[in-house]
Amino acid sequence: MKAAAFAYARATSVMNALELLGAHGDRAKVLSGGQSLMPAMNLRLISPELIIDIGELAELRGIAVSGSIIRIGALTRHVDLLKSPDIAAHAPLLTEAIAHVAHPAIRNRGTIGGSLAHADPASELPACMVALNATIIVRGQGGERRVAAEDFFKGIYETDLSAQELLISVELPVAGKNSRHFFHEFARRHGDYAIAGLAAQAIVEKDAFTDLRLVFFAVGDRPVLARAATNLVNVTITPPVLATASAALGEDLDPQDDQQASASMRRHLAKVLLARGASALLGRPDLNAGGRA
Amino acid sequence: MTVTTSNPEVLSELDRPNSYIGKSVPRPNLERLMQGRGLYVSDMELPRMGHVVFLRSPHAHAKIAGIDAAAARSVPGVIAVVTGKELAAVITPWVGVLSHLKGLKSAPQHAIAIGRVCWQGEAVAAIVATSRAVAEDAAEIVRVDYEELEAVTDMRTALDPATPVIHPSLGDNLAFERNLDAGEVDAAFAGSDAVVEADFIFGRHTGVTLEPRSVVADWNAAEVRLTIYQGTQAPHMVQNLAALHLGLSESQVRVVCKDVGGSFGIKVHLYADEMATYALSKLLRRPIKFVADRVESFNTDIHARDHRCLGRIGVRRDGVITAFEIDDLTGIGPYSMYPRTSAIEANQVVNLVGGPYVTKNYRARTRVVLQNKNVMCQYRAVGHPIACSVTEGLVDLAAAKIGMDPVEIRRRNLIADNAYPCASPSGLRFELLSHHAAMNKLMTMMDYDALRAEQAALRSKGIHRGIGIASFIEVTNPSAAFYGVGGAKISSQDGVAVRLDAQGSVICQTSITEQGQGSESLTAQIVGSVLGVSMERVRVILGDTDNTPYGGGTWASRGAGIGGEAALQAAKVLRRNILDVAAAILQSSSAELDIADNAIVNAGDGASRMELRELARIVYFRPDTLPPGVQPELMATRHFVPREYPFAFTNGVQASWLEVDTDTGFVKLLRHWVVEDCGTLINPQLVDEQIRGGVVQGLGAALFEKCAYDERGQLTNANMADYLVPMSGEMPDIDVGHVVSPTAETELGAKGAGEAGTAGAAAAVANAVNDALRPFGAVITEIPLTPQTILTALGRI
Repeated sequence: MKAAAFAYARATSVMNALELLGAHGDRAKVLSGGQSLMPAMNLRLISPELIIDIGELAELRGIAVSGSIIRIGALTRHVDLLKSPDIAAHAPLLTEAIAHVAHPAIRNRGTIGGSLAHADPASELPACMVALNATIIVRGQGGERRVAAEDFFKGIYETDLSAQELLISVELPVAGKNSRHFFHEFARRHGDYAIAGLAAQAIVEKDAFTDLRLVFFAVGDRPVLARAATNLVNVTITPPVLATASAALGEDLDPQDDQQASASMRRHLAKVLLARGASALLGRPDLNAGGRA
Repeated sequence: MTVTTSNPEVLSELDRPNSYIGKSVPRPNLERLMQGRGLYVSDMELPRMGHVVFLRSPHAHAKIAGIDAAAARSVPGVIAVVTGKELAAVITPWVGVLSHLKGLKSAPQHAIAIGRVCWQGEAVAAIVATSRAVAEDAAEIVRVDYEELEAVTDMRTALDPATPVIHPSLGDNLAFERNLDAGEVDAAFAGSDAVVEADFIFGRHTGVTLEPRSVVADWNAAEVRLTIYQGTQAPHMVQNLAALHLGLSESQVRVVCKDVGGSFGIKVHLYADEMATYALSKLLRRPIKFVADRVESFNTDIHARDHRCLGRIGVRRDGVITAFEIDDLTGIGPYSMYPRTSAIEANQVVNLVGGPYVTKNYRARTRVVLQNKNVMCQYRAVGHPIACSVTEGLVDLAAAKIGMDPVEIRRRNLIADNAYPCASPSGLRFELLSHHAAMNKLMTMMDYDALRAEQAALRSKGIHRGIGIASFIEVTNPSAAFYGVGGAKISSQDGVAVRLDAQGSVICQTSITEQGQGSESLTAQIVGSVLGVSMERVRVILGDTDNTPYGGGTWASRGAGIGGEAALQAAKVLRRNILDVAAAILQSSSAELDIADNAIVNAGDGASRMELRELARIVYFRPDTLPPGVQPELMATRHFVPREYPFAFTNGVQASWLEVDTDTGFVKLLRHWVVEDCGTLINPQLVDEQIRGGVVQGLGAALFEKCAYDERGQLTNANMADYLVPMSGEMPDIDVGHVVSPTAETELGAKGAGEAGTAGAAAAVANAVNDALRPFGAVITEIPLTPQTILTALGRI
């Protein structure tokens, strides 16, 4: 289980990294935290010719709040997100979600940029970005692009990022007044890839949702922003209303079968998450009828 | 129970300064391991060492039409590419059968496949290079032409006439069948108030050792001798078999086994790739290293369990169990494993079902079939988890049927604590067990009645918790009845040599091995206790066929019971010899003297007479000052093997308390209890650790672990992301209690404790899940109990 031979370059600047990417394109791979890349290389699932190590690019690391925007550098490690008071104060959904990302050893190395660029449909952070209405900032030799998280994820391990571009940072709106969040995932063991998960961000006024973003993950080829949420906005939530949303969700989802769960189980678990999420966000235990909704 | 011994004060006077038996002293090897100074084979480097990578078949069953290794041979750093045919010049094939397993058959297995591969993962060529990475590069460009053959994968159809026969020379795919009919089963069922039947299904799983299988083989052409460094549980077995198949005498093979990163029965067998590594060293005349990577560990380390067992139980309204019946089926891969065979697990299932209970009516059939999957063989608690899950699952079903509490039905049927010695319907002889005492202790530990009340209260709130109970028996301290009588050169005896050094320290060589259980510790504890020497002065040497007595090693829960007794007896002889010398020096008699705290003392008042180091100084350097004719003998060796009972059975009972989320099918383990009886506890902490570790492996089987094969015989989850081992986050607190019924067969009185945890954990969990689901009318008799399985049983998906 040894990686095939590869060339290695340590990028000295973002520009330098972009030059290397421009020259080598998809024959090169960017090394950030290495938590997905290195196992894949050691298993020889991929054999890039060149590894571009961006680990020294300090400008890509860090969390900054300015006005109503939180900016997170691509190299910011999971552990730093987990421990950040700024994230806890302004994007608490992320703080909660990060605790579900693998284990401490992996969180100590893995980075947000790496996770988003890898775009595993079962991972937590892409879903959170969509739920939080994040903007993902990518840079190529021609300049910078700003991509809405919703448009960034294209499929299993597929994103809007081209082989010549580098993910630079993400920008999140600071959580506003009356905003609430919910995060839960079903995984066989703590730290495993989820079988089904939900990252939700809401604004609740007078016991009703005025805004609701329900993003399911591990139930499709990318994070799924549930259209069913519209059934729940600006209405009084009753079990029948929830049941309608649940049925709509079931029709929206097209989950895959794998060893951990069948498609029907994933659909079922997503409905359980919907009920539990709505119940928790509104503080209404009566709504939590689980999959029976 | 009183144990009669010739020297009882050695074991009973725990207040003596060097009485370590029964005390939780730290392991002597802890510092070494904690400081990273362990000696693991995977870390070894020798001059001129080559690294071997095995090119493994991607097909479950295929003809090898050709191998083109020309390009691979020209890769810089490649030393050799060797095929099965080429390697057969230096190593002979083997057949994994034992004569006492009547009718067991298997086909000759080669170190590297010749002409045909029979499972996905079987080696087809060896690539030896200056590094593992280079060898992997070269392996990628070896071209093998395969002609795929139909794979036999489903054990249920393996014996159908339409199914291809994997080894035509065997005639069919039936490797072994055993039938047992004891008592009056049909009459007993006819006289029952209820007969309950269920099909129990057990997933294939494996041991997942932290350190994979590792070998460095070093053929020394000048000495005409092979040194094998290997993480194994049985060095002398490896020595014997390596010699046999390489055409050498045992004296030409030395096996060295220092620290081992976990074994669990995975490392008690001889694998084809290990044999190939020995042969490559001889062929290429240089040291060769093989360390399995994680993917090949999953594809080649023995798998276990994978049984389908139809069980029936008869019960009367008063709770009396009238009979057990099973029809068991298991698929073991294409070859019976060498040398312990792949029929032992099924044989144990037949032996053990119904074992804790009184009924004499028992009928069993087991069939062991060949298939194109990785080989199956003995893994921790061989057969026990299956027998226990079937038995205890049936007992719970019977209890539910007649509306009796699961504990009550057990109390009415467990063999009485004063009924020993006695035998099971399958002929197992029990010297002394303590089922009822164990159950009573369990009830107190878990506060059973309070838990039942809590369960009922939570039910009304929609929280579904379950209690599962599982009584069990466990085979330990095996005599020659296990393997020796079947013709295997696997020793059931062990030897220990102890000697007093010139400064009064003790060197102890033992034939048992250490893979983390605490063999070093228990040996030092026993020797220190008997000799009156502090443990830090006892140095234990193990794992070297050149430097230890001949013996079996550590497996089947035998190290403490057999190797420990040998240590006790050897130390007693040395003690006597020391006291004889002391008496001569001190002009006393040995009866008036004792050894305590590293000194010769008066037996009567304990007054110190002479430091042991002073005695040793005189013996080794000034023997001229000893009385005429005195020839001190400060080294003693003793061997031990159980002769009265083929096995020292232990017993115990486990309980699980868990919660099932009936919306999601997820199970949360809340608490687990074990009461076990392994006789004399040498080191209670080590026993508790063994029990807990065993329970965790049993919980893995219950909820997580499964080697998932597809219908073409492809293992689809051969990595640590998809094969789920139990992890600490999901594990409950595990409380361990003990009942102590020493075996009278040894002075030490210790039975084995290594497998009891694994034996009953899955049964307790399955019973608890079914207990939780009882209001829903769902019964699940398949493990692992995945959320998918549970939701399906609940009709939710």
